[in-house]
Amino acid sequence: MKVICRRFTYTLGALAVAAACGAAQAQETIRIGALATLEGPFAVPGQDGMRGVDLAVSQRKGMAGGKKIEIIKGSSNGNPDTAVNAARKLVEQDKVQILIGPLSGSEGIAVKNYAKTHPEVTFVNGSSAAQDTTLTDPAPNFFRYSTDGAQWQAGLGTYAYKDKGYKRIVSVAEDYSFPYSLLQGFMIEYCKAGGKVVDKHWVPLGTKDYSSVIARIPADIDAIYVALGGSDAVNFFSQYEQSGGDKPLVAGSITIDQSVLGYKGKRRDALIGTPSAGPIADNNDAPAWTQFVADYRAAFKDGLPSPSLFAHAYYVNAKAVLDGLDKVQGDLSNNQAKLREALSTMTVSTPTGEVKLDENRNAVADIFLTEVAKNSDGSLYNKLVKVVHNVDQRLGLSKEEFAKMGVGSRTNPECK
Amino acid sequence: MRRHFPGALAALLGLVLLALAVAALRDNARLFGLSLLNGLTLAALYFLVASGFTLVFGLMRNVNLAHGSLFLLGGYIGYSVGEHTGSWFLALAAGFLATALAGLLMQWLVFRRMEGQDLRQTLVTLGLSIVLADLFLWIWGGETYQFDPPSWLMGVVPLPLVGKYSGFRLVVLLAAVVIGLALWLFLNRTRVGMMIRAGVDNKRMLSASGVNVQQVFAVTFAVGAGLAGFAGVMGGTALSIAPGEDVRYLLASLVVVIVGGMGSIPGAAVGALLIGLAETFGLAYAPTYGVVFTFLIMVAVLAFRPQGLMGRRA
Amino acid sequence: MSAARWRRAMSAPLAGGAAARALREARVDAASAGTVAVAGPAGPGLAPSRAAGWRAAAPRSAPALAAIHRQAVAHAVVLALLLLYPAVATPFFTFQVGAQSLVLGMIALSLAFLGGYGGMVTLSQMTVAGIAGYAVALLGVNADAAHSMGWPWWLAVPAALCLGTLAAALIGVLAARTEGIYTIMITLAIGVAFFYLVQQNYTVFNGFQGLGRVLPPPLFGVDWRSPIPFYYLSLAVAALGYAAAVYLSRTPFGIALQGIRDNPRRMRALGFHVTLHRVAAHALAGLAASAGGVLLVWYNSQISPGSVNTASMINILIIAVLGGMRHPAGAYVGALLFVLLQNFAIDLVDRERFNLVIGGVFLFVLMVSPDGLLGIWQRLRAMLHPAARRRGSAG
Repeated sequence: MKVICRRFTYTLGALAVAAACGAAQAQETIRIGALATLEGPFAVPGQDGMRGVDLAVSQRKGMAGGKKIEIIKGSSNGNPDTAVNAARKLVEQDKVQILIGPLSGSEGIAVKNYAKTHPEVTFVNGSSAAQDTTLTDPAPNFFRYSTDGAQWQAGLGTYAYKDKGYKRIVSVAEDYSFPYSLLQGFMIEYCKAGGKVVDKHWVPLGTKDYSSVIARIPADIDAIYVALGGSDAVNFFSQYEQSGGDKPLVAGSITIDQSVLGYKGKRRDALIGTPSAGPIADNNDAPAWTQFVADYRAAFKDGLPSPSLFAHAYYVNAKAVLDGLDKVQGDLSNNQAKLREALSTMTVSTPTGEVKLDENRNAVADIFLTEVAKNSDGSLYNKLVKVVHNVDQRLGLSKEEFAKMGVGSRTNPECK
Repeated sequence: MRRHFPGALAALLGLVLLALAVAALRDNARLFGLSLLNGLTLAALYFLVASGFTLVFGLMRNVNLAHGSLFLLGGYIGYSVGEHTGSWFLALAAGFLATALAGLLMQWLVFRRMEGQDLRQTLVTLGLSIVLADLFLWIWGGETYQFDPPSWLMGVVPLPLVGKYSGFRLVVLLAAVVIGLALWLFLNRTRVGMMIRAGVDNKRMLSASGVNVQQVFAVTFAVGAGLAGFAGVMGGTALSIAPGEDVRYLLASLVVVIVGGMGSIPGAAVGALLIGLAETFGLAYAPTYGVVFTFLIMVAVLAFRPQGLMGRRA
Repeated sequence: MSAARWRRAMSAPLAGGAAARALREARVDAASAGTVAVAGPAGPGLAPSRAAGWRAAAPRSAPALAAIHRQAVAHAVVLALLLLYPAVATPFFTFQVGAQSLVLGMIALSLAFLGGYGGMVTLSQMTVAGIAGYAVALLGVNADAAHSMGWPWWLAVPAALCLGTLAAALIGVLAARTEGIYTIMITLAIGVAFFYLVQQNYTVFNGFQGLGRVLPPPLFGVDWRSPIPFYYLSLAVAALGYAAAVYLSRTPFGIALQGIRDNPRRMRALGFHVTLHRVAAHALAGLAASAGGVLLVWYNSQISPGSVNTASMINILIIAVLGGMRHPAGAYVGALLFVLLQNFAIDLVDRERFNLVIGGVFLFVLMVSPDGLLGIWQRLRAMLHPAARRRGSAG
């Protein structure tokens, strides 16, 4: 009891001091909140996302727009409720003026809805990649400089059909909105090129035993499109190999991300050659990218072998915020009107090219087609094959065409 | 009429399942055979995890909600030892011993002080599982770990009807059968086993007949925890080890033990078979709602036969 | 688990407040009066002697009256503090700490009522709250027109409460024949089944994404979701729940429930319908949990499968245990501690280690005091007033 009493007093005291200091420094410091999933199933991507934010800030030596930048971190666990609670704490208790986050798709939609209730705070995405966050009912103060799940698959469908020659494919993906958008992005091009997605297997989130799904994969297909994340992907690969499966794979962006390729275990050779597409390519030789990777490795000795797409997304969004602050010289007056104007119209130069925003404040950026390859030290990475420039959220379709197709779901789109 | 109602219901259910099975077999024999094998091997894994749980549950009436954490502990320690020494068998042994030791510590340091307060013991194990889960995240990080057993264990085995099948899953099945037999022999043919069985039936009489019940408890807890660690290494090899596996295997053990009956090894086997087959066939034939089946089975069993299929009323 | 063991687990070694003592005297008298009546004709003979026992056990002693007076003053002081709280607290503290504690406390109160007075610890209270929450989101208005019926609030809210109570009664029917750990298991299974149902089903429940923008109706021109109005709304509901729980525990129904908790076999022999009492207790607790569930949806302005997953179910148990299940106030105290830890542990320890803090505090409270914070409070008071302890050792 005494311990609890002491802890309470300490907390209250610390909070009081922090509040006082915060009020005193309001003119000199800009408070930016960073929200990522530091607990739960996305803990590893969350940590990497925070590294992205830290890198962006440390590259500017903690200053932007002539003022000091203070980063306050918040944690969620993948649940929309927790994300909104953490966002609320950052906004209402810690009084951040800008919030960068969250990490996962469903959290993004919830935070966007929360953003509408706080028009005085600017919300910038972390790495959440659900289409609905900006396509449906966008918030005027929510900015996304990273691309969404459907955009990430640009170029993959055509590549799988034409270059790899896969005419018939089945898909195995987790049963929620983010893989729906990944698969939609893949199928828009693949079906147009003439490919057939013979069957879709939607696996409940958290399934570890894929033996039933593997049993249902027919023998007369050319490849399997896999959109699973984290440990689910690892489980699927090893179980597929153990059961004697030998069909080539086509991977969604999260399936062969560094946070998966870096798993501890030996049996990975079957992955080599798997094509995918996403916002980054590990061996991209553009100078901006190599500089980014070098900075990441220098700053984080305990980080992943190469920055994951989560670190990249958080870095790009944080850099955009800092660039915007520089542009308006730290002027956050009048409900941050100048900053918002700058953010909406400027072009951000990122390690993966130039990024602009569309009319829903979603990124129009380059997407990288990759294949998995092996390094000399045995680790796996994503080798660059091709760059697709300036991909927008409707993937080249017109507004009417895309509206007719609708946002991805379990049964949309179909091409059997 | 009322006395025959559950029996009639069970028979009807059995007929429906049989009809479904025949239809599935005629439709796609390979899928049915594969699902059957998958269900058996998954049941084997569940049995390995649940057998330790039911021993502890049956004897000490203590629901060890940290059982899943012990599973993870065995997996992680086994992995570290395996990495260090390069031997998978050493990893297996290390997983077993480490968790047996952890079980002993839990019994001596925590549960002896709370003799007779079942709810409090259960809640303490719950708190322990939360603390342990975070400690594991701290020490071993959030990545997924997979083991590297010798290649003669991991090969692909050709089987009739289903074609190729994972060799290691068959190894898990074999291990479960061996462990099950060993446990049965231990419980039914040794003195310590006799004491444990007596304790499951009536703890007070056991104590009254001069047996050091605390020692029997300690041995049981050690064996039960050790089995969880052993299953951790096996499960880590067949599937993987990652944060969150502890909750999953804990739920599975609970369901298996409740369905099968507490304190009964054959009950754990029956429960594991039922749950493993239900889960696999559910995922194969009705993937959207298949996950709900296992829990519905548990609810049904508890509603109509609360002591489990093979348990005896306390 | 046997009744004696349960009683040992739930009762503190030192006697509680004077009112609790009077209550225990009343229960002992009621039970003994009932036992006497068994000798005579069971039915009609029972009522008058039970009533006589109840009347005879009404506290008459001066110290007991003084204790009740003290309790009334304490209640008034706490109520005044709670009413004045928004005047001194920031909107964040009012909303995220104050209102959230009251809402979670309401759901934990249902568990404390069932567990403390009914002897049935269930993990399905959050599920019942979730059912009511989903009902109010689906029947009312939410962000997705395809998933909402658009009923007005005065239809949707009562319907949600009814659905929640009905669901709780059904769960009670399934769980009433089980005891102790089996009750925990069956309610956990039901809860997890419901979680998977809402996660997998998109046509009705919109799956993993859940339903967003579920807001309270703008009655009397007030935005009930803004911090201060929502706080007072939750305070009103929480006070109602607390008063109902305290009142219920002293009615014949409540006394019978506690009797069933202590010795179901004897109560069955006395002619009480044990299963019906248990189901009724589940239903009443379900009403409280449903009210909490509707408030929770309004608090989050959304509901998703994550609100009813295993972790959320266990959180309610943690809250109830932290506060202590012996008295309805424990649920709210536990909820306050939990919400404070959840929000500020991240500031005290390394960002990522706050699960360790919450688990550690939970373990600490369990080891030190099985009755939670209220039990610690009772023991402190007993230490400070040893005279009162000696005088009241009748129970």
